[in-house]
Amino acid sequence: MSARREVAIVSYAQTSFAPHTKLNDAELVMEAVTAALERAQLPRKQIGFCVSGSSDYLTGMPFSFVGALDAVGAWPPIQESHVEMDGAWALYEAWVRLLHGDIDTALVYAFGRSSLGDLQDVLVAQLDPYYLAPLGVDPNSLAALQARALLDTGRASERDFAEVATRCKRTAGGAPLDAPYVVSPLRAHDCPPVNDGAAAIVLAAGDRARALCKRPAWIRGIDHRIEAHSLGARDLTRSSSTTLAAVEAGVHTAPIEIAELHAPYSHQELIVKEALQLGDGVRINPSGGALAANPLMVAGLARIGEAAQQILDDNARRTLGHATSGPCLQQNLVCVMEASS
Amino acid sequence: MAADDETLTAPYLLTYDYRRSCGPVIGRFLAGLRAGRIEGVRTAGGRVIVPPVEYDPDNGEPTGDFVAVSSTGTVVSWAWVVEPRPNHPLARPFAWALIKLDGADTAMLHAVDAGRPSRIKTGARVKARFAAERSGHIRDLACFELEDA
Amino acid sequence: MSDGGADDKIEIVKGFIAPVRLRYTVNAGRASSRFLRGLTEGRILGQRCPVCHKVNVPPRGACPTCGVPTEEDVQLGEVGTVTTFCIININFDAKARELPYAAASIVLDGADTTLFHLIQEVPVAKVRMGMRVRAVWAAERGPSLESIDHFKPAGEPDAPYDSYKDHL
Ligand SMILES: [Zn+2]
Repeated sequence: MSARREVAIVSYAQTSFAPHTKLNDAELVMEAVTAALERAQLPRKQIGFCVSGSSDYLTGMPFSFVGALDAVGAWPPIQESHVEMDGAWALYEAWVRLLHGDIDTALVYAFGRSSLGDLQDVLVAQLDPYYLAPLGVDPNSLAALQARALLDTGRASERDFAEVATRCKRTAGGAPLDAPYVVSPLRAHDCPPVNDGAAAIVLAAGDRARALCKRPAWIRGIDHRIEAHSLGARDLTRSSSTTLAAVEAGVHTAPIEIAELHAPYSHQELIVKEALQLGDGVRINPSGGALAANPLMVAGLARIGEAAQQILDDNARRTLGHATSGPCLQQNLVCVMEASS
Repeated sequence: MAADDETLTAPYLLTYDYRRSCGPVIGRFLAGLRAGRIEGVRTAGGRVIVPPVEYDPDNGEPTGDFVAVSSTGTVVSWAWVVEPRPNHPLARPFAWALIKLDGADTAMLHAVDAGRPSRIKTGARVKARFAAERSGHIRDLACFELEDA
Repeated sequence: MSDGGADDKIEIVKGFIAPVRLRYTVNAGRASSRFLRGLTEGRILGQRCPVCHKVNVPPRGACPTCGVPTEEDVQLGEVGTVTTFCIININFDAKARELPYAAASIVLDGADTTLFHLIQEVPVAKVRMGMRVRAVWAAERGPSLESIDHFKPAGEPDAPYDSYKDHL
C-alpha cells in the first residue's frame, strides 16, 4: 500500500453559538465560511471541493443545504456534496476526497438553527419509525435512560455528572444536586442548551497545506463507526463504536494532550472518555464542549475545529476531536491531529 | 408575521402523513400486539429479539422463527418524566423504561405507569397493559404497569 | 412469506399512517426581511453584488455566483420581460385561479435574476417569451410575494431575444 497523502486542517472559524440567530442559513454560513477562508487566505474560486453537514428537519425546510450554497458561490459549477449529518461526517468525506489526489483544498461547513422548532419534538423524527417514534420518546428521555444505566453500573454518580456540567458550563452556582430533574436522573445542568450556529474548516493536502498555514493540524487518523439502532440491543453504558474508531484513528499510538469530546449530556462525556481510554493528564473540552453550546449538526465539527485550533495556535502538539450522532451515542467519529514533527 | 427591528418571523406548521409499510417481520409483531400478545424473533445464534427486527443486529444475518414471549418482564433502565409531552403515551408523570420481557434477550422501550418515581427501580417487575382498542400499532401496548400494583 | 402451521391465520399488518407534526417559528433573515418589507410598501427590492455587480431578486443576502455578502439595496422597476413560462391546467393552490393560467419566469428591468409569478389579463395562448409585463399590486399588501397579485401585459413591444437570453 502506498503512503497515504497528508491532509491537514489549515483554518477553523465559527459564528457565535447564540440561543437564537436572526440570520437565514446562507447569511449564517457566510459568516463562518468567509472567516475560515480569510484565515487561510484562500479565495473561494480556488476551493477544490466543498461539503456541508446540516439537517432540514431543524428548520422544516426541505433541501435547505441548497440555499446555503449561496454563501460559497456555486458558479461556475463547483464540486459539492452534502451529508444529512453533523459536519464532522462532512469533514470525513472531504478528507477521503482529498486522498484521491487530484485536488489540494476542501471547504467543510456545517450549520444548524435549532431555535426555530422544538428539538424535543424534531429529534423524535430521527428514531425508529415503527417502535420508537410513535411513542414520542424525546432526546432528553433517551439520554436519561442511558444515564440511569450508567449509574446502575456504579461507574459514575450524579455528583460525577454535576462535575462535568460545572466544568463545561462554567455557570455561577455550579450544578447543584438539589436542582429538580428534567427527566431523572438528568437535571437541567446535565442537558445541552439550544443554540444556532455555523462553523467552517479549510482542509489542504501536503505542500498546499504548508503554503496556506504556518502550523497545520495534520490529520493523522480519522475513523467513524456506528452501532445497532435498536437501543435495547446495545450496552448503553459503553461506547464500543468510539473505542473502535479510536483504535482505527491511532489514538493510542502517542499521548493526546487535549481532547474535544462531543458529549451533549454530562454523563456522555464520562462514557466517551472511558471508551477513548484517555488518561487523567488529558485536558478535556477546554472549549466547554456541547454542554456549553450545542448547535445541532455543528457541534461535532466544532469539536474537531477546536481541537485543530489548539495546534494552529501552538497550544498543543497532538489533539483529538470527537463527534457523535444519533440517540445515546449511536455513531461516533474520532479524529487525531498533530503538528508537524 | 411578527416583526422586530430587523427580521421577520412567521409561524410554520410542517405536517407529513407518511404511510409506513411494515414488511413481514414488523407487520407480524404488530399483528400480534393487535391480538394481545407479544412476539420476538429468534436469531441463528439462539437469541430472542423483542421487538423483532429483520436482521440480527450482531451480524446482519436474517432472523428466523417467531417466538411468543411473556407480557411480563424486568426493568433494565428507567427515566422519570416529570412533565409528559403531548405525544407521550401517558398524560401523567411516568417512567420510560427499557424492559427485558421474560423469554427475550433484548430490552424494549416503553412507558411504565408507576405513579411516582419511588415506586420504580432497575430490576422492577412490570407487565404489559394493552389498549382497549387495538389497530396493529406499537401503541396497542398502552404502557406497562408494576406487576405488584 | 410463510409463517408456518397455525400461524398462517395471522393477518400481517401491512402499514400504518405515521403523522409528523412539527411547529416552527421561521425567520426570514436580514435580506429576505428587507425584501418582504419592501413588498409591504409596494416596492420590489433587489441586492447588488459588490463583485459581479449583478442585481439579485429576491435577495438572499449573498450573491449565489460569487459567494459574497450583498448589502446594497436596489429598487427595481415594476415592468419586466417573460423569459420562459408554463401553462397550468390543474389547480393545486388553495387560492383558486381561473384555469388555465400561465406562470412565468420574469426578469424585472434592472435585475439580473428572475422572479416567478402569475400572468393574468391575457389569454394563455398569447403568453410568450419576450413579452413585456407589469406587476399588479394586490389590494392589501403584506410581507409576502402575494403582495403582487399577478403580472399583466405592459402594452410594450416584445423584448428582443438577446436582451434576456442570459436569463433562461
Ligand atoms: Zn456576484
